[in-house]
Amino acid sequence: MIFRHIMTVYGKELRDSLRDRRTLMSMFVVPMFLVPALTLSIGRISMSAVTRAREETPKVMLLGGGDSPAIVAALKQSPKFKIVPASDDYQQLISDKKVRAAIRLPDGFEAGLKSGAVQQVTLYYYEGELKSGFAAGNLERFFNDLRDRTVAASLAAHGLPASLVKPFTVGRENVAPPEKVGGNEFGGFVPYLIILLCFTGAIYPAIDLTAGEKERGTMETLLCSQVGRVEIVLGKFFMVLTSSLCAMVFSLMSMAATFIVTGVAMGRGAPAIAAAAKAQAARATLPTIDPLGIFGVLAMVLPAAVLFSALLLTISLFAKSAKEAQSYVTPLVFLVILPAVIGILPGIELDARLALVPLLNLSLVCREMMSGVWHWHYIALIFASTCVYAGVALALCVRMFNREEVIFRV
Amino acid sequence: MIEVQALTKIFSDKKRGAIRAVDEVSLRVAPGQIYGLLGVNGAGKTTLLRLLATLLQPTSGSARVAGFDIGREPQRVRASVGFLAASTALYGRLTARETIAYFGRLNGLDDATIRARTRRLADELEMHEFLDRRVEKISTGMKQKASIARTLVHDPAVLILDEPTLGLDVMAARAILRFVRECRGRGKTVIYSTHIMSEVEKLCDIIGIIHDGRLRAEGSWSGLRDRFGGQDMEEIFIQAVGAENLP
Repeated sequence: MIFRHIMTVYGKELRDSLRDRRTLMSMFVVPMFLVPALTLSIGRISMSAVTRAREETPKVMLLGGGDSPAIVAALKQSPKFKIVPASDDYQQLISDKKVRAAIRLPDGFEAGLKSGAVQQVTLYYYEGELKSGFAAGNLERFFNDLRDRTVAASLAAHGLPASLVKPFTVGRENVAPPEKVGGNEFGGFVPYLIILLCFTGAIYPAIDLTAGEKERGTMETLLCSQVGRVEIVLGKFFMVLTSSLCAMVFSLMSMAATFIVTGVAMGRGAPAIAAAAKAQAARATLPTIDPLGIFGVLAMVLPAAVLFSALLLTISLFAKSAKEAQSYVTPLVFLVILPAVIGILPGIELDARLALVPLLNLSLVCREMMSGVWHWHYIALIFASTCVYAGVALALCVRMFNREEVIFRV
Repeated sequence: MIEVQALTKIFSDKKRGAIRAVDEVSLRVAPGQIYGLLGVNGAGKTTLLRLLATLLQPTSGSARVAGFDIGREPQRVRASVGFLAASTALYGRLTARETIAYFGRLNGLDDATIRARTRRLADELEMHEFLDRRVEKISTGMKQKASIARTLVHDPAVLILDEPTLGLDVMAARAILRFVRECRGRGKTVIYSTHIMSEVEKLCDIIGIIHDGRLRAEGSWSGLRDRFGGQDMEEIFIQAVGAENLP
């Protein structure tokens, strides 16, 4: 095996790929521009929809309440609602979004409050509809407030303190460091994303450099040079690996940039949301991710990228055409997603048995590393087993390249 | 020099069983000779040439190309061979110059030698006009010239040409034939497969008629004419193969 030959093949494949619009799309354009543009657009659209919904004064229909003038007056005076006259088709009006919610007061509601009778106020709204949800929330807060005031007034009338019905409160205090919180929240998602990006980044070049070349007739041209098949496979393999890693790195960079830009945009564009986020941050620990964990994930994903590249090359090589290769590769995406998703599920813990299951082991150990937990014996076992799987896949790929019935399959 | 001894290639097919694509073929081509391999589509020409270029492994028999055994020294064989077939395409996104350089490097040439060879081949094949244009942007004839340059960049002693004029217009085909004659003049060993009868008449020193994987007849144009009678290559071919064996 001559290293110079491997580099010659790799250099040519790199040059060829960089001139290919489809490769440039999958390696650079989609991860660098399309993904952030979509994320930002969707974020902006949803943010403006939420802001508009919050700013709207919802139309609320009052059903009953003829014998509760004080409460009706308070409702009508509230700037949070616009009370509309009662109608029998209130459910249809809510469905048609002409009215956002309706509230039914029981007969003798005001009198019942004074006598201490247990009564029920019924709220009608449309589940899943944002503006209807906001209207229902406002109504709920109005009546909760009314209930608290009624209880307080009743206690005061009997000379009792308000603390009688609320003798103590329960407060929460987080003891987990920020990176553990971040690791638990994002620790499963980030490795899942990295694994998926690694895989998808390798798909197009793997197909193009094998089945694509067979289809175009350039494979035979290459094979009749004096370079050995192992050198050709390795040159192509390094190109697929480059594409896989590039797609992953560029996607991560663009996602990080998108998060920063989105954060700035949120701060400027929606003061209410920004204020709410600040208030939450003041109450709880703002989640962060252990930077060492990210490096750990990248190091663990490297043998997985080798595994993907070799596997995709092998499968694509078997196909007669790029179209046939695509039909083989597409179901593999689900095989990759499944273990990565299982790794996100709560309650699944890493053990010696799972440490040998490809991809699932990676997903689980990455989640741990992101939250600052370093089980070195598992990390070593997973890294070694993934390297073995990758080596086997690469050996299989070389073996396939040496089989003439695969290379000249027509 | 090419020496082939009882070379056989059997493919196994699920539906058709064992297929003897090349069946006990023996032949010899000396330096400075053009051996024309004539046969209909599916006769076994391409398989035989792929065996000689070490792209396929023989089932039995042996062959030596430029003194190297195709089974034991495949890389040395490939280093001595220029293989050009209708099925060997070029990379569309590389220029003709980059293509020549790539195959020069793959065949172990240094940059200075590649530059000198590119200049010489471009002169001989009149390629200067399109040398720096991407292969996908040039005409079929120009592509074929680039393919020939790619085949010859490492100055191989043996040329294996499998239907090199397929799909070319008359002018481009004539240019290829002229170039093959020039290669013979330089002492190269050439094996040339085609199903175009007139090409072998004009070009080849020895003609081998192959059908169903077997070499049915071999000899010079005049020798075959004396043996089988007939006025042209087509009649000789039909006599050699037997009309009942043709589809």
